[in-house]
Amino acid sequence: MSATTTEASTTKTSRRRRKKKPFRLLTRRDMVVVGLLLGIPAAIHVFFVWLPALLSIVLSFSRWNGIGGVGNIDWIGTTNYHQIATIYPPFWPAVRHNLIWLGVFILIATPIGMYLAVQMDKEIKGTRFYQSAIYLPVVLSLALVGFIWTLIYSPDEGLINNLIGKTGQGNLIDWLGNPHLNLWAILIAASWRHIGYIMVLYLAGLKGVDPTLKEAAAIDGASSRQAFFRVVFPVLKPINIVILVVTVIESLRAFDIVYVINKGTNGLELLSILVTNNIIGEASRIGYGSAIAVILLIISLGIIIPYLFRTFRKDEAAL
Amino acid sequence: MTTFAQRRAEKRRQSEASGVEGRRLGLRIFLTITALVWLLPLLWAVYTSLRPYADTARLGYVSIGGTYNLSNYATAWSQADLPHYYINTLIITVPGVIITLLLASMAAFALSRFSFRFNIALLMLFTAGNLLPQQVIITPLYRMFLAIPLPHWLSDTGLMFDSYFGIITIHVAFQMGFCVFVLSNYMKTLPKDLTEAAFVDGASVWRQYRSVVMPLSRPPLAALATLEFTWIYNDFFWAIVLVQTGTKRPITSALNNLKGLFFTDNNLIAAGAILAAIPTLIVFILLQRHFVKGLTLGSTKG
Repeated sequence: MSATTTEASTTKTSRRRRKKKPFRLLTRRDMVVVGLLLGIPAAIHVFFVWLPALLSIVLSFSRWNGIGGVGNIDWIGTTNYHQIATIYPPFWPAVRHNLIWLGVFILIATPIGMYLAVQMDKEIKGTRFYQSAIYLPVVLSLALVGFIWTLIYSPDEGLINNLIGKTGQGNLIDWLGNPHLNLWAILIAASWRHIGYIMVLYLAGLKGVDPTLKEAAAIDGASSRQAFFRVVFPVLKPINIVILVVTVIESLRAFDIVYVINKGTNGLELLSILVTNNIIGEASRIGYGSAIAVILLIISLGIIIPYLFRTFRKDEAAL
Repeated sequence: MTTFAQRRAEKRRQSEASGVEGRRLGLRIFLTITALVWLLPLLWAVYTSLRPYADTARLGYVSIGGTYNLSNYATAWSQADLPHYYINTLIITVPGVIITLLLASMAAFALSRFSFRFNIALLMLFTAGNLLPQQVIITPLYRMFLAIPLPHWLSDTGLMFDSYFGIITIHVAFQMGFCVFVLSNYMKTLPKDLTEAAFVDGASVWRQYRSVVMPLSRPPLAALATLEFTWIYNDFFWAIVLVQTGTKRPITSALNNLKGLFFTDNNLIAAGAILAAIPTLIVFILLQRHFVKGLTLGSTKG
């Protein structure tokens, strides 16, 4: 207590020192409290998220069908990875589908979301209605999106086939059943939601742009397109990075919508589905599932880690 | 000479003005069409759900006429036992959101108001944890849930697996990362003097958290509560894998039963889908501001 009263009357320089080393001034009780405030959440998060992530790596080198204790695990080195790449039929299709998913999201859905955000930012009349309509699907689960679009794609009862008159036995288009079509049909449904998500994120970024920047560009004779690409877009680099991260992660996470349609078979295989099939599917192959999970982990860390270092570098400098 | 230049400048200004107006009109037409296309899937589901199966079978799905009523909703409600699944969702979502925010705010407070050697590393760990695809951790998590025993008053299976406690736990652990990230960013912006003043007055660390920082953090907490409610409500994956008993599943993952139950009756599926969407649509209508703020709080940093 006496320490705190002297503290109150100290000069600025020592105050700065105090910020750096606050623990000296905390009572033992307070230190325990700080420890618990941070320790309990951190322990839960590490135990249920990071420990399993590490165990995925460990188990990917094993053969275990889950029956019997941990003692029944055979350690087989990189055999799982080798087998997945060579003799596991759904693996390469799943990789291809994930890449197509990512490609469509990055090259089509995300730019559309950005474009719509730029249009909304012009604050024309009725912009609130337009925004609400486009962002509405964002609150729906992807599982539900799958159900809603089933009503559109259904071969004989769906909206599209009824509109274009392809409901007969001879000319029926099976949007979700045809393995050459279904991935694209699903991607339209998934983009329906993703575009709204990107629009909301990007619009927030655009609102933060200093309007004088655009005015200055306009005075210098830049067209609105030039002003966007040369001035606004570079300023929005932080949000562009967030959007890239979100898009990649969402493409890797894709699961629900495909599972609802046909459990991720027949043209809709995805890495996330293969992981899940190896634990709750017909055969429990924990090593296989883990190895595919590790592939997902490596791809996601490839984007997460650079993002983190970029985001927290400034904080590090500030401390 | 000057008059000519003036006239030309005048002319250009006029044409630019009308060009802007023309473009604005074009933009409005474009956006109106886009918005309607965007609403179409949902409106189509609503339209289909209002018509009896017999009428659509007779007249075709793309048609008007016949009767319009709520009988599909009544059937879906009772046959699929939807009230039961809404309650399951409630049992999972409400504690899930509250505990997530409580724990995340505790960690964010400690990380943003005190400096340790590992501050940044821990923040990175929380943030990265939330970005991992769920499938990366599911295989070991599934085995862990089967291996961790729980007292029977917490879980009727005696395990983390297939229990409400287990599913709430994974939601809390997983969602916490995002909330810690957002809340610590917010708490860092609160003036240092506030807690220092409390500190000088002899307030304990707990009091600083409880009575100074938490009341001031209401805006991001409201935004995060809205967002987390929607996310946990919308969860499909955790419940499909970690809850085995169909009748214990929350409504979003129980929708899968609906498909098997109603099979070819798209009208009933439409009604069931709309019913399942209603809580999130209420969030959309009433709490849109908080939801959008929650989304953007996590992205406009840096």
